Amino acid sequence: MTAHIAPMPAEYVSALPEPKTVLDVQNLSLSFRNAEGLLPIVTDVSFSIAAGEAVALVGESGCGKSITASAVMGIAPENAEIGGTITLNGNVISGLPPKERRKLCGRHMGFIFQEPMTALHPTLSIGRQMTDTLKHNLGLGNSAATDRAAELLDRVGIPRARDILKGYVHELSGGMRQRVMIALAISCGPSLIIADEPTTALDVTIQAQVLDLLEDMRREMNLAMLFITHDLEVVGDFCDRAVVMYAGDVVERGRSEDVVRAPAHPYARGLIDAVPAHDDGRTRLTPILGTVPPVGQWPEGCRFAPRCNRADEQCRTRPQLGHVGKTDVRCWHPLEASA
Amino acid sequence: MLRYLGKRFLLILPTIFVPLLLVFLLLRLSPGDPAGMMLGDQATPEQIAALRAQLGLDQPIWVQFGIWLKGIVTLDLGNSIFFREPVMQVIPRYAGVTILLTLVALTLAILIGVTMGLLSAMNRNKPIDRGVVTTAVLGISLPEFWFALLLIFVFSVTLRWFPVAGYNPPDAGIIAFGATIFLPALALGVRQSALMTRMMRSSMLDVLNEPYITTARAQGLPETTVIGRYAMRTAAMPVVTVAGLAAGYMLGGAVAIEIIFALPGLGRMLVEAVGRRDYPLVEGGVLTISLVLAVLNLLIDLIYALLDPRIRYQ
Amino acid sequence: MSEDPILSVSGLSKSFNTVQAVRDVSFSIPRGKTFGLVGESGSGKSTTARLVLRLVEPTKGVIRFRGRDLSSFSARDLRAERRHMQMIFQDPFGSLNPRMSVRDTLVEPQLVHNIGTNAEQLRTAERLLAEVSLPRAALDRFPHEFSGGQRQRIAIARALSTNPDLIVADEPVSALDVSVQAQVLNLMRDLQDRHGTTMLFISHDLRVVQFMCDEIAVMYLGEIVEQGPRDRIYGAAAHPYTKALLASAPGKGSGQRARLKGEIPSAHAVPSGCAFRTRCPHAIARCASEKPVMRDLGNGQKAACHLLDTALAA
Repeated sequence: MTAHIAPMPAEYVSALPEPKTVLDVQNLSLSFRNAEGLLPIVTDVSFSIAAGEAVALVGESGCGKSITASAVMGIAPENAEIGGTITLNGNVISGLPPKERRKLCGRHMGFIFQEPMTALHPTLSIGRQMTDTLKHNLGLGNSAATDRAAELLDRVGIPRARDILKGYVHELSGGMRQRVMIALAISCGPSLIIADEPTTALDVTIQAQVLDLLEDMRREMNLAMLFITHDLEVVGDFCDRAVVMYAGDVVERGRSEDVVRAPAHPYARGLIDAVPAHDDGRTRLTPILGTVPPVGQWPEGCRFAPRCNRADEQCRTRPQLGHVGKTDVRCWHPLEASA
Repeated sequence: MLRYLGKRFLLILPTIFVPLLLVFLLLRLSPGDPAGMMLGDQATPEQIAALRAQLGLDQPIWVQFGIWLKGIVTLDLGNSIFFREPVMQVIPRYAGVTILLTLVALTLAILIGVTMGLLSAMNRNKPIDRGVVTTAVLGISLPEFWFALLLIFVFSVTLRWFPVAGYNPPDAGIIAFGATIFLPALALGVRQSALMTRMMRSSMLDVLNEPYITTARAQGLPETTVIGRYAMRTAAMPVVTVAGLAAGYMLGGAVAIEIIFALPGLGRMLVEAVGRRDYPLVEGGVLTISLVLAVLNLLIDLIYALLDPRIRYQ
Repeated sequence: MSEDPILSVSGLSKSFNTVQAVRDVSFSIPRGKTFGLVGESGSGKSTTARLVLRLVEPTKGVIRFRGRDLSSFSARDLRAERRHMQMIFQDPFGSLNPRMSVRDTLVEPQLVHNIGTNAEQLRTAERLLAEVSLPRAALDRFPHEFSGGQRQRIAIARALSTNPDLIVADEPVSALDVSVQAQVLNLMRDLQDRHGTTMLFISHDLRVVQFMCDEIAVMYLGEIVEQGPRDRIYGAAAHPYTKALLASAPGKGSGQRARLKGEIPSAHAVPSGCAFRTRCPHAIARCASEKPVMRDLGNGQKAACHLLDTALAA
């Protein structure tokens, strides 16, 4: 897979320089204030990403992964109340006023959105959109910015970069548009890239190309990457570590091969079993019964308990995140490693 | 782009032709006789007939139309029956005033409309937003002539800031010109500016929810650029449409304002010419208005194409 | 029971102006089986689904449904025949009328085709709801009160309400979350087993197709490039595109993926000869000049590729 070094045994740790932590999120919580009071959306989310590392935020719709990402970016809705600490390259950014927060975007954090057709301006030229950000964030002049934009497009595999700069979004195919988004995201040399379902809207063969590209960029620029997705297979292939979310909680956290191949949390296990696998003789999938509880209707205690076949009395109390086997799990009855 | 403009240009021809034909027919087929009017009550039938022949009014209607069409091409629109001058000399005297009035009114309307609309959209649901929306509703409900009279009463009669009526052309000095054009332009433009405010507001609110605005912000671009370039570029389109419609409305509907403020404009001239059955002048006037409108629409099309490159390839 | 396939199409083609969306597609589906159409954007799979039901008129080709030539049906007969063929769409939010209660939605197809008395129709609706594991109370509710997965169940229940011989499912689970997908897929399999319905299943997701389908056709730019039983396609794919598709799917581990270069060509400009040659890692000169024909590879598998000639000859 990647050149990521596996965690070293404790006795050697002090001898090695720590891989630089780019993003550190501690106890992040996000709530909306409405007429009835405070509505929690995301509770107690913690994870960190080192330089060159890709961490996945995995979950289905309604789990809170996208809004967690927007809180990290600093573009959560205005009426959201955010708690916890977010640290970028050692500097605490969660307490910063919005204006200061915005300044980090582009220069230190880059973003790749899911649907590039709507995420890029329809009537401004590609070149304009790229040079605007280059000029503002790096202080480049007009021709320097254009040169660099062409260079970037070239680097992400877009042929005839100079012509494309004069063109518009609607003239490009889906894969090309996503490459432009990637070029835009890395253009100012950020240390962190946040990608929100970047390949979900693409064809399978194009998806593979784009993932390869992201991988190359990550290695070349030693980027820290936060990868939001619902697809566990992509996580297994592409990311070093995974954070599984359910109903606003982190339910499991660890190296992606551990989380994806042999998860300890029943929900994560359920996700794996629910996907039709390739070499499988099953005639029935094993779905997770029931549906995700909507925000505001979370059960007391473990939020997954109503759908879990391992639940019992103890699950009425909310479990804490604890290290079990190879991963961190939030569960009273985690699955065995060999399951 | 050229093909697009070329196609638009060709569309001007039917746009002008149809109103001309209609006006021509309506005029000439309606009761009332210009010759009789000019000669007065005491005229004898022979005198009237002679004048009619002289004016070419005894020909069949399609011949008259043919003659007139030929006249347009050779830039000879005939003579005004009333003024006894070539139409081509009479019209510019009046048209200039109306066009200037429309331009000033349109500029005021756009400035007020876009500014208010933007302010409103950026401060959604706050007091300023509610204030603007309420004012806009009032503005749309106001009849222009009533508002004109109100303006005169307040600013000319009571405060004496502006003259009550009359017109100073621009070459009389910018202050003098402005004094006579400002209130009429305001009265003419208020309703259209209210419409533009509403359109700008709703358009901007829609655009602000679009993903590409989030991307622009995520690139760290300053808010002024995000709103001023990224949002406005798309939000402006519907407002441009409204501005085009407003201009057309103002050109045609300036009559009441011109009469109230005693401005020697095309609208007033036309109304009087119709009353006198001054056929050539009416037709010339309508032709002028149609032409100006057509050119205006071409300009709007050009602005569309500049704002949205996807349109250029149609 | 006749051995005729429920559906058999041959030479099916559809062009929209200059775009050839579907080119010479042929396949047949035996009763009770599920046939999968797999492909990426521009493959023509969705258009094929609509052609089969004559929701879109084919440009060329023959559609035989239940032993009869569908193209020969008059509009009225076609409408009557529709009770035997139903469709499930991708978008669970768009395919249900938001103003119709679930009861109305389930009863409507029966009403249209005059199936049963009012009481019987209602009983059928209740039975269908139970079959898709929705509570009876759902009858009085409206689509917006349900989740995506639940709406898709309602859509499935609706499709079954006329007891059709054929159901065409166009990406029925693509818009659903993984865990919900599993529920709906299980449901579809159960219902198919119980009712013996034949299914044409369209999807871009290879994993889902492998689970649901007995036989699969892989489409690229409007044509079928390979076709065969599920185990052959997934275990011993012959066409380079099929192999690339399978290898591109996530879950294979990075580094093992045979990367396809380039973009999918536009349907306006389909490459000469073999349409896939512009991206095929094994393309030879012959691929540009000569269009490959569908070759029988035994075991019910067919593929159109020049490279197979040498393989067969070897």
